[in-house]
Amino acid sequence: MEIAGKVRTAREMGLVACARCTRVWPRGTSRCARCGHKLHSRDRLALQKVWAWWVVGLMCYIPANLYPMLRTRMLATTSEDTIIAGAVELAHHGSYGIALVILVASVLIPVGKFLIIAGLAFSVRHGSALSPERRHQLYELVEYIGRWSMIDVFVVAILSSLVQLGTLAAIQPGIASLFFALSVIFTMLSAQSFDSRLIFDADPPVEPPLPGLSSLPPVAHGALAHGTDTATHSGPRGPQDLTESPTP
Amino acid sequence: MSPSALPEQDLHDLIACPTCDAVYHIVPPEKGQRAVCARCHTVLIAPRRRAGEQLIAIALSIVILVVAATLFPFLSINVGGLGHAASVLDAALAFSSSPLLVLLSLTVTALIIFVPVLRALLLIYVLTPIVRDRPPAEHAIRAFRLSEALRPWSMAEIFAIGCAVALVKIADLAQVHLGPAFWMFSALMVLVVLQDSFMCRYTVWKSLEK
Repeated sequence: MEIAGKVRTAREMGLVACARCTRVWPRGTSRCARCGHKLHSRDRLALQKVWAWWVVGLMCYIPANLYPMLRTRMLATTSEDTIIAGAVELAHHGSYGIALVILVASVLIPVGKFLIIAGLAFSVRHGSALSPERRHQLYELVEYIGRWSMIDVFVVAILSSLVQLGTLAAIQPGIASLFFALSVIFTMLSAQSFDSRLIFDADPPVEPPLPGLSSLPPVAHGALAHGTDTATHSGPRGPQDLTESPTP
Repeated sequence: MSPSALPEQDLHDLIACPTCDAVYHIVPPEKGQRAVCARCHTVLIAPRRRAGEQLIAIALSIVILVVAATLFPFLSINVGGLGHAASVLDAALAFSSSPLLVLLSLTVTALIIFVPVLRALLLIYVLTPIVRDRPPAEHAIRAFRLSEALRPWSMAEIFAIGCAVALVKIADLAQVHLGPAFWMFSALMVLVVLQDSFMCRYTVWKSLEK
């Protein structure tokens, strides 16, 4: 992106931004006076938190696949199905569409989520072949689809509350549903702990960084003036022209 | 000397992208236009005419729909004369059979009933004084912060899709009928999407600022 180099971050300007309400404060402010959110220029513990939730989420995802998700009783026969076995059975009965939906929602999305979060956290430390913009898109994707994995737990809840036909048929939830729900919750927390601003920090600045931002007040002030200056005087396609909406 | 000596007034005119930390000078967009971060395309400011009233109306509808949807059955099945209908509350409490799964029951109840209702109520509480040009309600800042934090955990719309999947899954085993609550949850899905697109967080925070 050609204009990315012109973007100045709050950190470069000696400021700290509130991630909840977008207000900007001088570096060192500990709490946002507008919304009360705790201010971190970058959350130092973010990566540890991400990895901690990630590991717990993965630990829950393994039993979620090994134990039965549903216990189905039809007349006298009882069958216990794990997630994958259930999908395979559906495919055998010819419901390829539903089998695919279940495989995507409970295998592809969770596994993809684990891989993407791990990749993002890894790239903050070790760099990445992907551009920050592309990695940010991946992060948004994980944030967006993370909640939708819960659909499998809801399906189990709906089926086991609905199919209660006495001696004829009954569906009971299996223990895997608990592990699966926990796994979804922990991966959501893992993604939420990730400080997406770290993705862009790895981006080497196109402009040389201004020296001594915090130690030399005139330069610091100059940095702010420069920041606002590019903001007000950039061209119609300039990055700081907020009235424009590049995406519909 | 630290940079905290920078004049407060200047900072008031700046906005930082919460996703990528890019700082911009605020140029308030026209109603209906959106200010988008040039680097990561996060929507920063999106004011709309009468957004406050619309959001309150949507939040009220969400409360009514969720409460009503918990009472009516959303699906009923019929196999060879044997029938059973389930309400959302039944589904939420489906895991109460074994002690370990009770935890899951509580979580599901929270995700599909309590959190969406609480979020809508908080929003009504925060927005009503703003819309009527009154000073913000007591603890409005805390209320809006909580409502924002609860946003990812409000899963009523995901439950609606879950209904559809469950429906297809047992359609060939039994006769399945959609109850009124199913349509209420479907309407809820549309409302949640509208709520997210009408909400300009910047405008709300700004009007809560003293």
